[in-house]
Parts: sequence; structure tokens; C-alpha cells
Amino acid sequence: MSTENTGKELAPLADPGLPEHVHRKADVDPRAAQRAERQVGILFLLSVVGTLLFVYAYVGIDEDLFVFVPVMGNTNAHQLFLGLGLAMALFFIGMAAVHWAKTLMPDHEVIDQRKEQRSKNEDREDFVTTVKERSAEAGLGRRPFIKRTMGLALGLVGISPILLLRDLGPLPGNDLNETNWKAGTRLVTDPGDRPIKPSDLEVGGVVQVQPEFPPNKERHLDDIAQDSLLLIRIRPEEFNLDPERLSWTYEGIIAFSKICSHMGCAVALYEQTTKHLLCPCHQSTFDVTRAAKVIFGPAARPLPQLPITVDNEGYLVAKAPFNEAVGPSFWGRDSK
Amino acid sequence: MSARERVAGQVANYVDERTGSAKWLKKTLTKVFPDHWSFMLGEIVLYSFIILLLSGTFLTFWFDPSMREVEYEGSYEPLSGLKMSAAYASTLHISFDVRGGLLMRQIHHWAALIFMAAMVAHLMRVFFTGAFRKPREFNWIIGVGLLTLGIVEGFLGYSLPDDLLSGTGIRIAEAIIQAIPVVGSYLSYFIFGGAFPGEMFIQRIYTVHILLLPGIFLALITAHLMLVWYQKHTQYPGPGRTEKNVVGYPLMPVYMAKAGGFFFIVFGVTAFLGAVASINPVWIYGPYNPGQIGAGSQPDWYMGWLDGLVRMAPPIETHAFGYTISWNILIPGLIIPGIIFTGMALYPFIESWMSGDKREHHILDRPRNAPNRTALGAMSITFMLVTLINGGNDLLATHFDLSINQIMWFSRIGVIVLPPLVFVITKRICLSLQRADRELVLHGRETGRLVMLPHGEFIEVHEPLTREKLFTLTQHEQPAAIEPVASDENGVRNPKGAKAKLQARLSRAHSEQVAKPSSKEMLEIEDHH
Repeated sequence: MSTENTGKELAPLADPGLPEHVHRKADVDPRAAQRAERQVGILFLLSVVGTLLFVYAYVGIDEDLFVFVPVMGNTNAHQLFLGLGLAMALFFIGMAAVHWAKTLMPDHEVIDQRKEQRSKNEDREDFVTTVKERSAEAGLGRRPFIKRTMGLALGLVGISPILLLRDLGPLPGNDLNETNWKAGTRLVTDPGDRPIKPSDLEVGGVVQVQPEFPPNKERHLDDIAQDSLLLIRIRPEEFNLDPERLSWTYEGIIAFSKICSHMGCAVALYEQTTKHLLCPCHQSTFDVTRAAKVIFGPAARPLPQLPITVDNEGYLVAKAPFNEAVGPSFWGRDSK
Repeated sequence: MSARERVAGQVANYVDERTGSAKWLKKTLTKVFPDHWSFMLGEIVLYSFIILLLSGTFLTFWFDPSMREVEYEGSYEPLSGLKMSAAYASTLHISFDVRGGLLMRQIHHWAALIFMAAMVAHLMRVFFTGAFRKPREFNWIIGVGLLTLGIVEGFLGYSLPDDLLSGTGIRIAEAIIQAIPVVGSYLSYFIFGGAFPGEMFIQRIYTVHILLLPGIFLALITAHLMLVWYQKHTQYPGPGRTEKNVVGYPLMPVYMAKAGGFFFIVFGVTAFLGAVASINPVWIYGPYNPGQIGAGSQPDWYMGWLDGLVRMAPPIETHAFGYTISWNILIPGLIIPGIIFTGMALYPFIESWMSGDKREHHILDRPRNAPNRTALGAMSITFMLVTLINGGNDLLATHFDLSINQIMWFSRIGVIVLPPLVFVITKRICLSLQRADRELVLHGRETGRLVMLPHGEFIEVHEPLTREKLFTLTQHEQPAAIEPVASDENGVRNPKGAKAKLQARLSRAHSEQVAKPSSKEMLEIEDHH
């Protein structure tokens, strides 16, 4: 027997019609029917028990009471019994209704006839004639001026709501290309806002920093979303950088934007032995020794590197602003 | 007439004199619905939507959709005194200082997961049984719309608490918006009211989450159900079931009790999950801060495939003339999902074009009898599963001691190789099942009883099938493929040559079948009876 297409429709076996109805026990045995009735009633009563449990839990169980439940561990008893009560109350109403329907309500299958969705031909013709007549009455076809001006008016009126949405936000301008890092901005710890000396950071250490703000300026989440920096210290001879990038480091300390160049998550996982930075969102992996070159994952660009040095008090500062936009790519990003 | 009957009669009279609804109601109450467990999947979607409306309304009484910075003073000690958004603080308030608040939050979140899962299961049922065919294409499209909006609604919902995990999700969504060529950064600044994260986002998505999208859901679900009602439900093949009838139980009382009862069962199970299964414990994550992140960040399951696609994307960006196009975001984040959902919405029309079948269908297909469609469905599921696996690659790596690189490369190759492979295998399985059906019809059921014939030969006794079973196994059509028409009888080349050829080729693949027993063979069986 092969897989083939015979092409001709084979006469199907004649439809034997609905199978004979088989009576349930409750249909023929009054005692079985009574039993089913009792079962339905008990299920409804179980729901009542659930509601009572819910009310008791609400007023009677202390909100701070914790109990140990296997698998779940330490659990808030108040929330647990509120939930169990509610679940019981609802579930058993459902079970009662379904059990009632399955045991006591009629189980005779009923046949209903379908008709084709399509309207009758004369109705369809009537419809077409009506539409044609009525639109002729409106005279759209004969009055092109009205038609065109109406089209124009309806088309233009949509501008208003769209225009109203303009004030949803400012234009990005150069915002995405700039951060609060300027030449000479001090690096401060996050959290803590303390300036950092190179000696504060041991080899193998990593610390999150922000730019120092003047006392009257508050740091918002928008700033953190652009300024966050990871400061990593390794042995200087471990760097594999071109001379320019090497000059952006200071005594083995290198600074990268913490905002992933892929989709902007915080690149928070630093693997000390391999000197890899890993973004927990999509696993882009960056090699710290090679200026955060992407060695795995979907990110297409290295993390931007901030040139750093120390000021005359010996604190770490930015030598210059970032020379590229931090965070995820966008259309107007000046590509390098 | 009892007093109760008299009162009921008066009420009915009062309403009918004003609305004339008696005739319509009589018809409605005796309306017939076919019975099958798989028809309950759509019901679960509807019921969890109602649960979402109820539990969501409760949550709005305390939730403060604002990114205004506040100091937390509630009863959850570990976060005491911490600066956070009012949205996050009010979520903590609901969880710890409103009695039943945590329960409601968890019911709401579980109901959302069930809503999406049931929707996907319902979609598969409709797809694999061919229920989307004429006249139900509109309902299929409405369904695809509901699925798409459901994903968005779910995402916005779990973003509202403004915790570290959800904030990270919003950050990723922002990156996708920002990646749209030309207008991306403008769109992002409009949506967020400036630079990310800004101070507007939570209150904006709140309006969308509790008003705009639920309103659209209500409208679409109403239209969906009205069409089901009006077109009458499909039914599985079987004796007495034809394209011209619908066999089942009446709305009153059987379906009122069954469907109404099922609502309470779904609600009860959701409440049970809300009681015992912790979900989205936002107090563990802490408030959102763009400079921080938790390890193992995972979206809700229905976003997992999208995250998996983004994770496996190759690192490609185009840099030209001072502009950047992030293919590593656009392809997995917008282009592939766009193709998937458009293709899904158009599938009924594609299939009708492939088969050339323009008739109404109310009898469902057994999946094996539509091998091409079943194989396409299995192929799509495989694609989704591979992407979903990759969406959890970090968790899989830690739980099963694998490296993320291994899983990533498995997914990158698997997402291309496995779906076609599964297509071929599924199609072969379907055809084998058809062959098994054919055997069953012609030779009956194996009984396992061995009999020794007088001349010593052993045979196994085969029991003929019942007429009902025979009918069920043979009632389906096996339409022929469309013949390509290269030129008409006058030798004029078909102007739609290439298109017709493609259609014929697809039609051939679509109508591949194991021939069911011929009329002659069937007659022989009839004689046996």
C-alpha cells in the first residue's frame, strides 16, 4: 500500500445515526438518584465549610502567624487559610453543579439543524439594490465636490488627536549621546557617594561607581541609567589593549559603562578568574582585558570605556567624557 | 399556580412587554452545544479573564500607579526606610498590610498565566482540528488578536509593581523600541516621557493595562462568542453528526450547570494556586534601579520564546553613514514575531488557497487526516519550544550543569534544523496512523485470541468494528490535489502560470493521504455485517 492520491472521492459508509441512548443508574434506580442528590448537597455544604474557613481566617488568624508546611516551608497562615477557604468555597460549588448536571439532569443528546451562513440569493440581491439606491439618493456619485471635500475633512481631522500626543515627551535631541561624565568628574561609590583613591581598590576587585554630583543636584534613576560605571582592577600586564586604550586605564584600573551595549541591562556579573563580564539578561559576555570585546552572546559592540586618571588630590576622575553613546543602539547613534 | 410561579410569571411578563425577549430567550435556552473535553479550553480562557477582572479590580483599590519617590514605612522589615517608587511601595502594602492582598495578587498573576496557557491550548485545538476553516476565519483572526494583546497585557501587568525584575523587562522593551529605524529614539522618548526610565511610564501603562486593553478584550471576546453562538459550534465526527446538524446538550439546564460549575472550578483551582504557590515575590527583588540587576532574570512563560530569540540572535549591527541598525534586536524582537503572528492570522486563507476548498466545514478533522496541517503545527510548536528553552538557558545551565554556550549553540542550530525535521516526521506519523485506521477498518480489531485451525495453522481472531466506529474512521473526505493548468485548450499559456504551479505544488503536498478503503472494499465489509 502506498501513499497516493487517488483523486476520486470514495463513497463513504452510510451514517448509522446516533447510537442508542444508554440510561444512567440514576435514571432507572430511584435509590441511585437519591444518592446522587445527597452527593450534590454534600458538595454544596463543603463549599459552605470553605466560606466559613475563609471568614475564620480573616478575623481569627493572626496576620503575622507563620506555620511550617512541608514543601512550602515557612508560610503565612493567615494568607494560606484565606486562600484555602476561598478555593474550597469556589471549587465545591463548581463540583456540585457539574455532578448535578452529569448525574441528574437529562443526558439525551439533542439534534439541532444548521443552515448555511450565506444569505438567500434574493436577500443578497435586495441588499445590493438597497445599497445602490440609497447611495444614489445621497448623490455621492453625482456630487464629486462633496465627496472630495468630505474625504479631505475626514482625513485631516485625524491630525488633531495625533498632534495632541506630541507632548507625551520631549525630543531626544543629543540626550542619548551624553552622560554626566565630564573631564575631571570624580568617581564616587554607589551606594555611599565617596570619592575613590586607586589604593581603595585591590587587584581583582570590582566596584560600581557614579559621577560626583554637586551638593544641590539630586541623582535620578535617569542618571543612573546612563552613568553607571564598573571599575575593575587587574594586574596592568594582563591588559591586551592598544596604546590609546591603555592610556585610558590607571594602574590596572579600567572603567566600563555598566549599561549593556545590547539592551541596556546592568552588566553585573564579573568572573574574576577569566576576567569576563556577563550580562544576566541575554548572556552577552565581554572580555575585560581586551577593552570589553564581545566574546559571546547577542551584543554587537563592546561596553564603552571611560578614560580615567587621578586628580591632584589623588582621587580617581574621568579624563574625558565617553567618546560614544552608552547603552543600547539607536538609529541616530554615531557609529564607530 | 404557586406563589413563586406567579411572581416569576409577572417578572417575565414585565420584561417581555418591554423587550419582546421571550421568543429569543426560548430559542437560546434550548440551544444545543456539542460536548467534548477540548471545548473546555476556550471556556478556561473566558473564566480566567473574568477572574482577572475581579481580582484586578480589587488590586486597583490600593495600588498607586506612580513613580514618585517615597520612603518605605510598611511592615516588611528588610526594606524599611528604603527609597522606592510609590508603585512598588503600594505593591508591598497590598502584599503585607492588606488582609487577603497577597492572595489576590497571586490569584491575579496565576489567572494571567492560566489565561495565556489556556489561550495557547485553545488555539492548538482549533488549529489541529481545522476549526478555523470557513465560515470561522473571522473568529480565528479575532483569536490571534486576543493572543497578541494577551502577551502585551501580561507584560504590562507584571511591569506595574516597578520591582527590579520587571524594571529590567521594561528596559529591554525600551531597547526594542529604541532599535526601530529612524523613529525609535523618538518613540521611546514619547512613551517614557523623556529619558528611560523617567517618571511617567508606570502611570501610562496602568491606564493601558486596566482600561484600554481590558476594554478591547471585552469587545473582542464578545464578538468571538457572538460568532460562536451564531455560527453554532463545530463538532467532532461520529455517527449522527453531519455538516448540516449539531448534536449535543441544551443550554438549559445541562450547559448552564456544566459551564457555570466549570467557572467555579477554574476559580477554585486558581484560588488554590494563589494560596499555596508563591508567584512573583516582588519584595525579594527590591525596587527598580537601572544600575542593578538580579541573576537569572526571567520573563513570564509566554514571553520566554521572545527572550529566547533575542538571546540566540547573532551579534549583527549595521553601521553606515552615521546611523545604526541593530539587526540583533530587530530580527528577533520585531521581524520574526511579526512574521509568526501575520502568518498565523493568514493561515486559514493560505490553507484554503492550497486546498482550493471554499466550502463550509462544521465537522472537525481528526489531526491525522490533515497530515500537512498537523505537521505545520508540530513544526511551529517545535520552533517555539526551542526558543523557549533558550529563553531559560541560564536556568537550564545552572540546574543541569551545562554551559550556556552549549545551550545557545544547540538553540541556534536547533531552531533552524529541528522544525523541518519535525514537519517531516509528523507528516509520516500521520500517514502511518491513517494506514493503521485503514487496516482497522478492513480487518477489524485484534483481539489477542489465538485459534488453531483444523489444518494446524494458528490465526489471531479479528473482531469487526461496530458500524459507529467504522463510520467515524471513514467519514472524512480525501480531496484530490489541484491540477496545474499550464495552458488552456487553445494552447494559450496560463497568465498565472507560476502562481498556479506553486498552488498545485502546495496542493499536492497538502492532499497527501493514505487512501481510505474504496467503495468496493467498504461494500464487502457491509456484507459481512
